[in-house]
Amino acid sequence: MHEAKIIPLHPDVFEPCFISSFQEIEIPFFSCYISAGFPSPADDYLEDRINLNSYLIQNPTSTYMMRVKGNSMQDANIHEGDILVIDKSLKPNDGVPVVCFLDGEFTVKTFRKINNKLYLEPANPAYKPIEITDDMDMRVWGVVAWVLHKPVKL
Amino acid sequence: MTTLLALCDCNNFYASCERVFNPSLNGQPIVVLSNNDGCVIARSNEAKLLGIDMGEPFFAIRDLVEAKKVHAFSSNYTLYGDMSNRVMQTLSQFTPSIELYSIDECFLDLSNFYNKDLNAYAWEIKNTVLRWTGIPVSLGVAPTKALAKVANKLAKKSKKANGVLVLQEPEHIRKALEVTKIEDIWGIGGQYAKFLKKHQIHTAYEFTQANDSWVQKHMSIVGLRLLKELRGESCLELEEVMPPKKGICTSRGYGVKQTEFKYIQEATATYAAKCGRKLRKQKSCARFLTVFVETNRFCEKDKQYNNSRTIVLPVATNSDMELIKYADIALKSIYKPGYQYKKSGVILTEILPENQIQFDLLDTVDRVKHHKLMEVVDSLSGRFSRDIVKVATQGYNKSWHLRCERKSPCYTTSLNDIIIAYV
Repeated sequence: MHEAKIIPLHPDVFEPCFISSFQEIEIPFFSCYISAGFPSPADDYLEDRINLNSYLIQNPTSTYMMRVKGNSMQDANIHEGDILVIDKSLKPNDGVPVVCFLDGEFTVKTFRKINNKLYLEPANPAYKPIEITDDMDMRVWGVVAWVLHKPVKL
Repeated sequence: MTTLLALCDCNNFYASCERVFNPSLNGQPIVVLSNNDGCVIARSNEAKLLGIDMGEPFFAIRDLVEAKKVHAFSSNYTLYGDMSNRVMQTLSQFTPSIELYSIDECFLDLSNFYNKDLNAYAWEIKNTVLRWTGIPVSLGVAPTKALAKVANKLAKKSKKANGVLVLQEPEHIRKALEVTKIEDIWGIGGQYAKFLKKHQIHTAYEFTQANDSWVQKHMSIVGLRLLKELRGESCLELEEVMPPKKGICTSRGYGVKQTEFKYIQEATATYAAKCGRKLRKQKSCARFLTVFVETNRFCEKDKQYNNSRTIVLPVATNSDMELIKYADIALKSIYKPGYQYKKSGVILTEILPENQIQFDLLDTVDRVKHHKLMEVVDSLSGRFSRDIVKVATQGYNKSWHLRCERKSPCYTTSLNDIIIAYV
């Protein structure tokens, strides 16, 4: 279902929505008319600029962001201060980093299914995997689709 | 082709929005308060069970809130608006035509789906919305809008339905109408319910047995249409496009009562600019501008005063600068010192499309320039925060601003407010 086309509907109806910034409809701009003057030789090669939003965000409706704090996922290249792009519509499969709500906190770990048991696996030798048991209050909130990491402080 | 409509309604929408980003609120009582944290405007089921009523003033339930650990939130319309938009866009994947009925309700046209397993389809809709947005919804499917409303209400109430009810078979429809009280029918207000009960009409089913001309005589054409809808004859069409607004009003109570002209002027100018933004969004201009001021009529010890003034603008406009200029003129003419003002507002009427304005021969305003400037202002406030650029009259003082001490962060629209995930 997550590949379905999003039909933008009346963006004017609800005043406080800023999601529109996710889905601007881009109209290619042709800089000359057919009848007037010499056509720009570049027109045939004109393409849209790269749209990072559409690259990072498969399904705007189910995409959310969170900021990372802590170091238990450092070997999976998830570092403090990074921004996670989370897609709630994706299924949590084995080996996929997920955001889950565990004991009153949002936490990021790798989702593991081993012999019908579920684990939340950190990526730092200092921490142990957490086995998910029935008496725990754990729910997967969404799947981490992207990690936005700044290489150095600019 | 038979018509078939689904009414999709978000369960306890505002409370659900808060819960998506704070799952520890699941199972806890939640109330959401109106502007200025005045009254309860939304409740979770748990809060309803505590006996908290809609519209109850916050101060009246403060003890209960503390004793029962009720979570009270100021309304966060930025968050609710974005979440509503997400829900509606998810719904729009399932049918080509939908009607946004309110912030948390939407009609879906399922007329082409009559040979599909509607129950399964409705469940797929419900589950997808929940997975994508975290918002639980209920769906009622039926041949008309009024029946879809009935189905939706039952879907929510019945444990067996668990949030989805399809009413297609005549005997199912009849049963549903029999258990629906007259006052629970969409569009029947308290007065009509009283009137109908006096005539031994207590359920929706009894209403459908009423005589057409009798209903029209006592409840006008609106009542007759409702009657037909409940009998399964579709009279209310899907309104896919919202018509442009005919009047625009922005008015708010101040966080604290104000006496000084300067602060009332700032608030009123800000409301005028808000109206301007709404006008530009729907590409129209307004010709009439009304400003009003009010003291708090519930505060009996205060001296009371309220007044309004309407100005006919020389040329219809949607420029903040012009709207603020005339709002200021109107305000100056009605402001009187010595009163404790609680509220002011700006109302725009005679609204017409931008491309149909009559120009004035003696017009001295450079409208092209204004238009360009407003475009820049709108794009800046879209890219950065609202009111990043504003007319100086709007001021920098915050004393009249709304009270919202319990507002949750704008989790989905502000990068500074996104949730922290601990690793």
